[in-house]
Amino acid sequence: MTDVKPVLRLEGIVKTFPGVRALDGLSFDVLPGEVHALMGENGAGKSTSMKVLGGIYQPDEGAIIMGDEQVVMNGPLEAKAKGIVFIHQELSLAEELSVAENIYLGELPRKSFGRVDWALLYERTDAILKKLKVGFNARTRVGDLSIANQQMVEIARALTVDAKAVIFDEPTASLTDAEKVVLFDVIADLQAEGVGIIYISHRMEEIFKITDRITVLRDGQYVGTVETKNTDEERVTQMMIGRKLDLSRNVSHHELGNVALEVRGLSCGKLYSDVSFEVRRGEVLGFYGLVGAGRTEIAETLFGLREPSAGQILLDGEEVRISSPADAIARGISLVPEDRKGQGLVLGMNCRDNMTLPQVDDLKAGPFMAEGAEVAIFDQYRDKLDIRTPGWKQRVGNLSGGNQQKIVIGKWLSMHPNVLIVDEPTRGIDVGSKSEIHKLLRGLAAQGYAVIVISSEMPEVLHVSDRIVAMYSGRVMRTFTSEEVTEDNLIQAISGLTDDRAA
Amino acid sequence: MSDVSQREGAKREGKMSSLSRQQIGTVLAKQGILIAFVIFIVAFTIANPKFLSPDNLLSVVRSSAIIGVMALGVTFVVISGNLDLSVGSMMSFSTIVVLDLHDKIGPLLAIPTMFAMTLCLGAVIGFLVGYLKLNSLIVTLGMLSAIHGLTLTYSGGKNMDIADKEGTWFGFFGQGDILGIPVPILLFIALAAGLGMTLSRTPFGRKVYAVGGNGTAATFSGIPRARTVFYCYLISAACVATAGLIQASRSLGSQNTVGQGLELEVLAAVILGGASLLGGSGTIFKTVIGVLILGFIQNGLLLMGLQFYAQFVVTWIIIILAVWLDIAAKRGKLWSSFA
Repeated sequence: MTDVKPVLRLEGIVKTFPGVRALDGLSFDVLPGEVHALMGENGAGKSTSMKVLGGIYQPDEGAIIMGDEQVVMNGPLEAKAKGIVFIHQELSLAEELSVAENIYLGELPRKSFGRVDWALLYERTDAILKKLKVGFNARTRVGDLSIANQQMVEIARALTVDAKAVIFDEPTASLTDAEKVVLFDVIADLQAEGVGIIYISHRMEEIFKITDRITVLRDGQYVGTVETKNTDEERVTQMMIGRKLDLSRNVSHHELGNVALEVRGLSCGKLYSDVSFEVRRGEVLGFYGLVGAGRTEIAETLFGLREPSAGQILLDGEEVRISSPADAIARGISLVPEDRKGQGLVLGMNCRDNMTLPQVDDLKAGPFMAEGAEVAIFDQYRDKLDIRTPGWKQRVGNLSGGNQQKIVIGKWLSMHPNVLIVDEPTRGIDVGSKSEIHKLLRGLAAQGYAVIVISSEMPEVLHVSDRIVAMYSGRVMRTFTSEEVTEDNLIQAISGLTDDRAA
Repeated sequence: MSDVSQREGAKREGKMSSLSRQQIGTVLAKQGILIAFVIFIVAFTIANPKFLSPDNLLSVVRSSAIIGVMALGVTFVVISGNLDLSVGSMMSFSTIVVLDLHDKIGPLLAIPTMFAMTLCLGAVIGFLVGYLKLNSLIVTLGMLSAIHGLTLTYSGGKNMDIADKEGTWFGFFGQGDILGIPVPILLFIALAAGLGMTLSRTPFGRKVYAVGGNGTAATFSGIPRARTVFYCYLISAACVATAGLIQASRSLGSQNTVGQGLELEVLAAVILGGASLLGGSGTIFKTVIGVLILGFIQNGLLLMGLQFYAQFVVTWIIIILAVWLDIAAKRGKLWSSFA
């Protein structure tokens, strides 16, 4: 491999922010036709290194080398012009525009007098979409597409330029298995064309399926680069977190208390219908299904954010109507929402204020906030959840994704709920924090909480649940105990009758 | 060899300058408005030594009190992520109503009645913006006009005057003083202290920041978003009523248009103080600084002998400059790289 010249090379990159050395001497290269994984826990420096590559940050030291020459990136557009293309984890599409307009945004083909050449635009776009094998066309409005398909539009965007290196940042976070296959095909095509690919993901199985080499970062430090075929999950995990990972499944059951929450025939318009289940104290009930199966909507109904069209909700055996989140909180229901930046946190507020937000009315000393009590709560959950932040005054927006999620979880744990609902608790979170959060959820059940975990990750559901509710298209297909569940029967249950209808 | 050391040197130098630039940026972003404030004062003092005399300072604060009191309330509205453009015409309404009622039911009853009526107007806006979730720009712009019409209907278009100007204690709020300090200033200070504490230290204040910072997350935390916005408009209306009281008491007579255009000055003071129009940031202290800057600029220009009408132009140029510098400091450069 040494005789092949890398398309892109980073050499001794250092980037510091006030108080943090975010990157400390990062060096790695990407060969043409290679898929190079970049791994590390949240806050390890993956995003920062990509921002340096994209010209959003300027490195304090070190060099970016493309081909033979050192380059300086002054912004994302310049990086793109040089052939470095980013597929972002968070979508940046104009919802009101068509797929074609989004893909060629800023560089629409022109005719005379500056008029857009629509025919050519659609023709080019459809050519790219054909390559991606997607089920929509150039004229579709982006806002009408599912998240997964929007991601495909982002990828299509990357294919419009003569890319030398393409960076995928958690591209499969919201994709179904079928869509993943298409994505991997696209990556294979790029590879065949000699494009270098940097692939950032937390998902081990993907990394081992498609990458050639793996570079691991930890706390901004470069740990090492290994050939994928010469290593295994355990070693990579150890490199990432410096210790071994617990991958065992849940077999132990805690002593069950009475039924904390029971739902009978609950329906909400077309979102879901006739949903029945119960959660006992001391139990973790997993909800597994594809994106759009109606799981989040059920959680939102239980939290008073949606009005059910039929059915009953019973708390401790008593029928209740939950009319607002405040009402739900007062009845001891907590929801850790799936979108932590949009729903979970006020990014401009500090850590402490975010954590105590649901109980501001209870933390009073006279008419004022009892700030000492607030800090005490923050300190307690910072230690319990191992939240890494310089202090409670830190703005939440400055924290890494994993630490942000822990703030949200801490916020709801500090409410000591009867029923804790967590929606995608570990989305975009590194393996280390993931298993900590899993342990935490089990521990909560052991303490007598009734816990509902909604997840799209099978290992997660298997790992934490005592029972699993499998949903498909707004209906409960089957409820499994952890003894009778297998990967196969679970997948069958959540796929409904035909696989291609799901998404 | 020398080439290498030269490069090293250049690198270090580049790092030095970028570091110190970053530090300056941080300081500017945090204290930009205070620094601008000091610069204004120094510049005006050099131009006219009388500027810093106690008499002049007192008169600046006194003349800023009305704008200031209203700006305190609007700060709540802006932090909650909304706008209030109706405060000027609402103040005209308060002033006219209290002057009219003064002669009809006496000052003791006139004042609480006027407060109640003004709060009703605030409640209407709060209901429309908070509970019906209508755009605050549209609602308060509409209310600006509607309340103006209401005032003219009420007064029949005539100026309002208190009949017996000598024989009433009503002038106390605008003209009186306690221990040599004018009452409008005392009212401003008391309200600023009370509302400052409310905003920074009470659960309600925390909710205002949460609702303005991320309304969805606030809802997901059980914060009653609509009610919080509603209360912000009530606070704004209460401040407007106080401003109207000061205005009426100061002149004991008024035109229907006494508050016209003040909504923009009030908003300018709040924004000068550094509150974000997007909501979620700002403090009462900063708003007070913004109010004083605005007052000092206008007073300074007056002392420099600038023609009254030209003042509007210069004031606005300075406001735009200050906002620009503030934003530039926050993003670390004067121009945005995104066109």
